[in-house]
Amino acid sequence: MKVALHHICLSYRAQSGERLLALDHINLEVRAGEFVCVVGPSGCGKSTLLHLIAGLHLPTSGQILVDGNPIQGTGTDRIMIFQDHGLFPWLTVGQNIEFGMKMKGIAKAERREKTQQYLRLVHLGKFEHSYIHQLSGGMRQRVAIARALATEPDVLLMDEPFAALDAQTRDLLHDELERIWSDSGRTIIFVTHNVREAVRLGDRVVLLTFRPGRVKNEFLVDLPRPRHLEDFDVARTAREILDELREEINRSLEAEYQAGIKPRIEPGVSA
Amino acid sequence: MKHAARYIIFYAALLGLWTLLAELKIWPPYLFPTPWGVGEALYAGFADHTYWIAIRVSMARVLIGYGISVVLGMILGLGVASNKFLEETMGGLLVSLQSLPSICWWPLALLWFGLNQNAILFVVIMGSLLSVTLAMEDGRKQMPRIFSQAGRNLGASGFKLFWYVLLPASLPFIVSGLKQGWAFAWRSLITAEMLYLSLGLGQVLMMGRDLNDMSAVIAVMILIIAIGYVVDGVVFKGMERHLHNKWGLTPAT
Repeated sequence: MKVALHHICLSYRAQSGERLLALDHINLEVRAGEFVCVVGPSGCGKSTLLHLIAGLHLPTSGQILVDGNPIQGTGTDRIMIFQDHGLFPWLTVGQNIEFGMKMKGIAKAERREKTQQYLRLVHLGKFEHSYIHQLSGGMRQRVAIARALATEPDVLLMDEPFAALDAQTRDLLHDELERIWSDSGRTIIFVTHNVREAVRLGDRVVLLTFRPGRVKNEFLVDLPRPRHLEDFDVARTAREILDELREEINRSLEAEYQAGIKPRIEPGVSA
Repeated sequence: MKHAARYIIFYAALLGLWTLLAELKIWPPYLFPTPWGVGEALYAGFADHTYWIAIRVSMARVLIGYGISVVLGMILGLGVASNKFLEETMGGLLVSLQSLPSICWWPLALLWFGLNQNAILFVVIMGSLLSVTLAMEDGRKQMPRIFSQAGRNLGASGFKLFWYVLLPASLPFIVSGLKQGWAFAWRSLITAEMLYLSLGLGQVLMMGRDLNDMSAVIAVMILIIAIGYVVDGVVFKGMERHLHNKWGLTPAT
């Protein structure tokens, strides 16, 4: 197993002082080279799960193994791609891609060469010297992908990376990501709230419950690649998963509704 | 063009008013000099190298003092922002200390360091350190968390994380604090220099008073303002423009 999560629990103290359980005994095993998508309603802790695997936070209990070894904090074998990309605005596109290699202490000449290579991989060769704010949303996510790949991680952790993009750009990036994944053979754990996207990309889709996050079900997606978002089989599999997800979404909406309903104007008091 | 014209009109009017008041001789010339009297004093001061020396001495002091403030302030601010205990305890102390005029440190500095350059530097540092510290603390808190997460994720830690991520990421949020720190440093320096034979601009200013030479007093005041203005315009405006080009916008300025 490339990545294995054993009985991961995470609780935190809410502002009211009570302890809230965010993740409840998550067990997950991901094979090397596998593309696993994690879906769930918002607030189920799926992003938090990625942060834990990245080593940015510690679980309250449980163990995370990579290649059979417990992780020790962050490591460049597991690189995260954030929803709002997390690129460094004070660096150019090229310098962003170079950043991880620079931290690793890789020599300048080699860094330059690799940077060129990854710029070409994501079709941004002409934008090496641009700053991040000069790029479109889709281009920014491609830089984030290039920056992550440039450190040559075994595992890519993608946290709703395409959620803020328009549909056409997202389609394009799906194709590119699928191509990069099958060429590089890396392991990808991809978090999304979009079931269709999960089925289009993943070998397997893991469904989490709403608060506390538990693994509700897993679905093997045994469809031929390359896939497309509008494929009939993709839509049908997504439908199945969505039916189960809907229960969780309803629970999350109920929770929101109850939280919102509390302060009410008393009857009989005219405004 | 229109902008420049406005400037010229405003300053011409100001000079005109000044000349008029001086020419009316309401006050004796040694109390209210003419603009060309001040111009002559400026020329004389530069011609006999007094002003050049004073500027060099003062600039050297403010650069050392402000430089120390920036380094110390960044470390302190970062420390306070990243430690809950320090934030709760020292945070309040820092804010209350800022209400103390920096020249209040002068008697203490005299007793500690004696009547010398170190006492002046101490006052300059105390004048600007708090601004930089508070700005850095605030900047660290305002800075989006994603930058430090991404930095750690990509293998930066310890000093590398500070130097390559936290520092550049917080720069847009602290540039106004750095600017304020500079202004405080410059003011504190001149104040402290006025208090003893220091060779700096502050002392030259007091020398004008001792010689009853109002033209020289105003000439040095103009110099002090001009240097403050040039540093602000060249260094800090340049920094803001640079940040603007990179980030696309300069938040918090």
